[in-house]
Amino acid sequence: MLNFLWPILIIISFLFSLINGSIENINNSIFESIDKVINITITLAGTMCLWCGLMEIVKNTSLINKLKRLLRPFLNWLFPEVKNDEEAMENISINTIANIFGLGNASTPAGIKAMESLQKINNDKKSLSNSMMTLIVLNTASIEIIPTTVIAIRSSLNSQNPTDIIVPLWISTIVGTLTGIIVTKLIIKRSKNK
Amino acid sequence: MTYFSSMIIPLFISVILFIGIKEKKNVFDLFIEGAKEGLKITLKLFPTLIGIFLAIYMLRSSGLIDFICKSISFITDFFNIPSEILPLALIKPFSGSGSIATATEIMANYGVDSTIGKIAAVIMGSSETTFYVIALYMGSVKIKNTRKIIIPALLADIASIITAIILFII
Repeated sequence: MLNFLWPILIIISFLFSLINGSIENINNSIFESIDKVINITITLAGTMCLWCGLMEIVKNTSLINKLKRLLRPFLNWLFPEVKNDEEAMENISINTIANIFGLGNASTPAGIKAMESLQKINNDKKSLSNSMMTLIVLNTASIEIIPTTVIAIRSSLNSQNPTDIIVPLWISTIVGTLTGIIVTKLIIKRSKNK
Repeated sequence: MTYFSSMIIPLFISVILFIGIKEKKNVFDLFIEGAKEGLKITLKLFPTLIGIFLAIYMLRSSGLIDFICKSISFITDFFNIPSEILPLALIKPFSGSGSIATATEIMANYGVDSTIGKIAAVIMGSSETTFYVIALYMGSVKIKNTRKIIIPALLADIASIITAIILFII
């Protein structure tokens, strides 16, 4: 995608600046952009270290197991077809919790393992099962308790209060996730009726 | 809301450390171990930031972004959408690091605490890279029939973007 879009954006900008008479601006902007990235990256590195460090502690406490039990009734409702398959449910739980804590490098492997165990019990191996659809939608719109990257970037830009956006972010993610789940359930219902 | 938002982080850190000590973990060692990971992530993001910033800075300084925003402003004004966030909404489903970089550029340009900056931050954080997740998960089990999974996934994206705009504009 970017292999195609990126060069086009730059070439079009250059051509437009010829028409628009802004060739001097565009020349300066090339070096300004590098300066800006370097400034942002320095602060970003610090904040990312802080959050990844804290999340490593979370990963090693019993917090994860406690949350797994807490989430189970909700996941049973989301995945009615596989709620008795312990292997699949275990991977789905780990995947969901890793998403909630923003542990990107832990959530993807668990998600893929969950897909594999769902494929084992899939009736039509060439088509997504209902549970697979739900799992994918859950992963495209994943809620994060502490949106670490957003906070890190906001503080690297000297925000007055980098955490200001947490509550709005929760709300917008919940609305997105619910929309995704409801539409998925509707698609599943329609294919059943056929 | 600001008071509550200010409390979340210190509370979260304290609770985690308390649980860590209670379970007799070497919390500082664990912290250092994880922090190294944070440095790696930043390093990985750096080249993408350079690439995307270059393209968007050039787009902006050539006057093309203003030109496009003005040309479609009759649509965006009608729905009360700030047209400044359009580049982000378009790149969001396709590229994760690209959308982080685009959101960062919008926050830097319009002010990180401005309405547009905050909307950009929420859009960036509210969902994963839709097409990437779908491709990865379907590819992992070699399934071709998508059963229109793209519809709920994209609708979820659109719903969270609209919510972000409503929350800050009204």
